[in-house]
Amino acid sequence: MDKILFLISAFLLVWGLRLQSDPASASKGNKLAAVGMLIAIFSAVIMPLENSFSNLMWIVGPLSLSALLGYLIAKNIKMTSMPQMVSIFNGLGGLSAVLLSFAEVNKWISFPDSYQIIVVIVLILSLFIGSVAFTGSLLAFAKLDGYRWSEKLTLPFQHVVNIVFLSLIIGFSYYFITTPVISFLYIIIILSFLYGIFFVAPIGGADMPVVISLLNSFTGITAALTGIIFGNIVMLLGGILVGAAGTILTVLMCNAMNRSLLNVIIGGFSSSGSSKENKEQGQVNEISDSDFAVQLFYSNKVIIIPGYGLAVAQAQKLCKEIQEALEANDVEVKYAIHPVAGRMPGHMNVLLAEADVDYSKLIELDQANGEFKTTDVAVIIGANDVVNPDAIDDSSSPLYGMPILKVWESTATVVLKRSMSAGYAGVQNPLFFKKNNKMYFGDAKESLQRLSSELKNL
Amino acid sequence: MNEILNFLIENEILIYLLLFTILLGFEVISKVPSVLHTPLMSGANAISGIVILGAIILIRTTESDNYLTLIIAGIALFVGSINVFGGFFVTNRMLEMFNKKKKS
Repeated sequence: MDKILFLISAFLLVWGLRLQSDPASASKGNKLAAVGMLIAIFSAVIMPLENSFSNLMWIVGPLSLSALLGYLIAKNIKMTSMPQMVSIFNGLGGLSAVLLSFAEVNKWISFPDSYQIIVVIVLILSLFIGSVAFTGSLLAFAKLDGYRWSEKLTLPFQHVVNIVFLSLIIGFSYYFITTPVISFLYIIIILSFLYGIFFVAPIGGADMPVVISLLNSFTGITAALTGIIFGNIVMLLGGILVGAAGTILTVLMCNAMNRSLLNVIIGGFSSSGSSKENKEQGQVNEISDSDFAVQLFYSNKVIIIPGYGLAVAQAQKLCKEIQEALEANDVEVKYAIHPVAGRMPGHMNVLLAEADVDYSKLIELDQANGEFKTTDVAVIIGANDVVNPDAIDDSSSPLYGMPILKVWESTATVVLKRSMSAGYAGVQNPLFFKKNNKMYFGDAKESLQRLSSELKNL
Repeated sequence: MNEILNFLIENEILIYLLLFTILLGFEVISKVPSVLHTPLMSGANAISGIVILGAIILIRTTESDNYLTLIIAGIALFVGSINVFGGFFVTNRMLEMFNKKKKS
């Protein structure tokens, strides 16, 4: 019975994940996967085991408590905080794997004959990866939530330190396997926790989603390793699926930003010469509130390019207000979504969907690039690197080769930005100095507020 | 070395499964539009909480008076299933928003 249930749940997990890769069926896919998970949990509770004890309360208690807690968190979390939440959940998954491996290794110390050496090796591996996922995710959470101390944590000789730590962990693991003393195990765990912190520390800004996805795949791998230990095929399957999916997502995101995974892990854009050359830049032109409002109001077609700054300022609802005000005057409004807009790929779509922006108004990179020529005004809100012409024109730019939105092909562009400071890539944006570009300085939320009230006065 | 080889041979089916599942995982995800990356990440994250099955098995095979192990496994089950339940609920919330938009 339990075997058949496990089979069904494995099928549901795979099929559910498959459906989640298509927008039309994604919601159904998630539900199927959830049902698969419930069936798996149920089968684990009823499956016949040798030497089983009736500890039902120990299972039902934590399960129901966390179901309630998980539901409440999921229901009340703000959509803008989604990346933080994914990373904290991921950290909890990692912690769970660490605790389990610890309990199993502990069992092995008391009864050395209960496991083969290779099983212990797998356990320690799972302990290590789980620990890295745990502390790494917590630090990623702190970084995403904007705790100042977490921003720049790069140690001197970061790579040397990392290698030393890794060697220490391997060394202690070897000693521990040959002489099972529990204090070695504690040292391994502490070192692994620290390693997780060092792993994530030098990474920041727009690279965070890549790291979260990577850590997510780590948790998947630990789950799979734990599955090997418990001889449970569903665990193995689910874990590997997540591991593989996480890896692919990581690679996809890196491609969208034109970065290599190694580059992301080592951290930061290497500041290349081109940014400091001070190419002929010229003047930037500012636009006044009323001019901006009038210009938009009498356009035929406006494309809004939302970016990181909009997400940070949480101004997506105002965006929608402006869209409605313009549409009332027969202006066609669309949103061009760059693959890495917002804090995670697809995050911008979720944010705009939350603000009730019609799904059909969101256009993707290729379609948008076909439409700029017929656009009167392109409004760039809190985006920078994704509209930098250097990515096409300047082969010495670190952005060179990244697919970008060719906003300058529209009749006019207006950039909403807090200051002239460079984008995440640390390079100046020649777009700002183009003749048909105007700047509209200020925090995205305040700027849009000003614009919105101007529009109402027209 | 011998021991590792023996382990591989003993668990032949498991190893095959491992290989095919990796390929399956790559195949299932490889053509995802970027719109879905965020929900997919959180959905996959929820599935990684499958590790709690191990916690359940461990709790069931531990003597009822071995409190240390029971507490460790209990905490593992608790934090792991926050990941599972929270992950599925929040993914659902995100995807429902897309759906709502489509119907209207």
